[in-house]
Amino acid sequence: MRNLPGFWIPKDVSWEKFTKQGTQGTMFARGLKRKSAEDGEDVEGGLAGAQAMPSYSLQRQSLLDMSLVKLQLCHMLVEPNLCRSVLIANTVRQIQEEMAQDGTWRVVAPQAAGRAPLDRLVSTDILCRSVREQEGERPAPDAGDGHTPDLVPGLATVPSAQALRNPQSSLWEVDSSRENRGGFQKSLDQIFETLENKTSGSVEELFADVDSSYYDLDAVLTGMVGSTQSGHGSGLQAFSPATAAPPSSSCRSDLGELDHAVEILVET
Amino acid sequence: MSACSGRADIISTVEFNHTGELLATGDKGGRVVIFQREQESKNQVHRRGEYNVYSTFQSHEPEFDYLKSLEIEEKINKIRWLPQQNAAYFLLSTNDKTVKLWKVSERDKRPEGYNLKDEEGRLRDPATITTLRVPVLRPMDLMVEATPRRVFANAHTYHINSISVNSDYETYMSADDLRINLWNFEITNQSFNIVDIKPANMEELTEVITAAEFHPHHCNSFVYSSSKGTIRLCDMRASALCDRHSKFFEEPEDPSNRSFFSEIISSISDVKFSHSGRYIMTRDYLTVKVWDLNMENRPIETYQVHDYLRSKLCSLYENDCIFDKFECVWNGSDSVIMTGSYNNFFRMFDRNTKRDVTLEASRENSKPRAILKPRKVCVGGKRRKDEISVDSLDFSKKILHTAWHPSENIIAVAATNNLYIFQDKVN
Repeated sequence: MRNLPGFWIPKDVSWEKFTKQGTQGTMFARGLKRKSAEDGEDVEGGLAGAQAMPSYSLQRQSLLDMSLVKLQLCHMLVEPNLCRSVLIANTVRQIQEEMAQDGTWRVVAPQAAGRAPLDRLVSTDILCRSVREQEGERPAPDAGDGHTPDLVPGLATVPSAQALRNPQSSLWEVDSSRENRGGFQKSLDQIFETLENKTSGSVEELFADVDSSYYDLDAVLTGMVGSTQSGHGSGLQAFSPATAAPPSSSCRSDLGELDHAVEILVET
Repeated sequence: MSACSGRADIISTVEFNHTGELLATGDKGGRVVIFQREQESKNQVHRRGEYNVYSTFQSHEPEFDYLKSLEIEEKINKIRWLPQQNAAYFLLSTNDKTVKLWKVSERDKRPEGYNLKDEEGRLRDPATITTLRVPVLRPMDLMVEATPRRVFANAHTYHINSISVNSDYETYMSADDLRINLWNFEITNQSFNIVDIKPANMEELTEVITAAEFHPHHCNSFVYSSSKGTIRLCDMRASALCDRHSKFFEEPEDPSNRSFFSEIISSISDVKFSHSGRYIMTRDYLTVKVWDLNMENRPIETYQVHDYLRSKLCSLYENDCIFDKFECVWNGSDSVIMTGSYNNFFRMFDRNTKRDVTLEASRENSKPRAILKPRKVCVGGKRRKDEISVDSLDFSKKILHTAWHPSENIIAVAATNNLYIFQDKVN
């Protein structure tokens, strides 16, 4: 997802990372089908019978995805509420930090992707519960996982504040120019285009036209703040081996989820 | 109905003037409607104190910022009255970007009998004038006119959330998300920036200003609240730019209640000095807090407005209700505080007796002169007859704006596009 020129969004909110993450079990978009508590439906009963109450990390992921969508979807004509954007961005940061501490910043084994997706955003009792209650549920920080050595070390060890900061000039200034604003529509179009044309195995394509000055995946993945070299090439190379096993199934599930992402973006 | 989303007549601000004789409302369509209290009449005692429309005018129009390709909404964010100094009334009204000073005055006489003009104002042929006469003032039907006397524009990059008239009656302040400016009423092309929390690098922005108000008696003091639940008291005598506060009010976080929504619900949506100037009241998403100016480390009183929403925060985050900005008000004697909630409910807390009540502003439940029935929200399984369950609450009916008469028990409650005025029954 491209930047939103003209509107303030902190640069350290990285879209691709979450979209990628979202393919592993939690649906980026499907989980956001809105079934409000006021519908009176029994949320527990609504879940596909056999599935247990979603875990804390699943719900946390849903919250993260929802927050990112909220940051993206702004009224195009009127300046969005800065206070609201700041609060959402802070929430995203909090979740990111916690996930970094947990070590959940890793690509989960493909069998997770095959799990039946959540039908709706479940009642978020868990997320609203106090810390004490949650203690037992949260995934323990995983220090010894060597599953994806390319990705984990940098993320797990770098202090969150550093990992999230990027020295490059902000594209989120409220006073950005008109030209940038026009760029947003173009960006949105590019994304839809990319999603529609996606073929299996072309993970790189998704990231191909991402503006590297904004998404310094390298810096985040390797934990090197301020790195300006190597652009996307190495970052993506680091990515693809991890997701390539097995390539076809995980990519296809990518496609499925991305369709829903388009659905949500267009719907609103 | 306006062409843009939402209705133009949604009330966005309510404010009594200093005597309580006038009540002003601003709406989403940029209009201001002023109500005036009827004079007491010996003949019609029961009609004492009814508010009728006094004046209506268009304060702000929608604008377009060509540089940013953005619309500037005409919605009136705040109205503040100036104390009355002559026969005319003055108020400040503001939208996101521009503050205006309006003069509201009555005209009940008009001059008649000009020599050079006829009654319609057309020039008379001098040749037809044979006598001279002195024009006289004759009574006419009362006309209330509102004229914009000052326009204070182009001083805010971000959206104005507060305006506050200083006790010196010469200056006022306007606050947006990141800056607070001090104005002199007479000068429209200049303002002093007294608070600036914009970081050099906008990426580092994590906190914004949410409300600001001058101290009611000390013209050098003011407070501003933030999205992180803090309040800062500043003294303008200390330095020109009040970046360093004199006092910093923050309650330590309760670690047992921490969730991903903790920060959002701690964001202060309104801050008000008590009439005495000794206390400040703040409203965050679930509570109202009263602070003693002499104690910075925690509030002296905390009132739960709708704690039953605590377990619904995620849903309220999803539907954006968690970002609703509720206001709060003091009564004239600072003994009772009031704030709004959902389902057209509003709450009052008596600080002395510690009693509280939930009332509803709705047509169905309020016949004229009927006493408001207290409402109750039931949280548990068993719902009593008159109670309403949390899941049945209508979150689209929110009471964000209320006002309390400065000396009497008369309150104004804005429920979306309806204004309710309630008063104590006088025996």
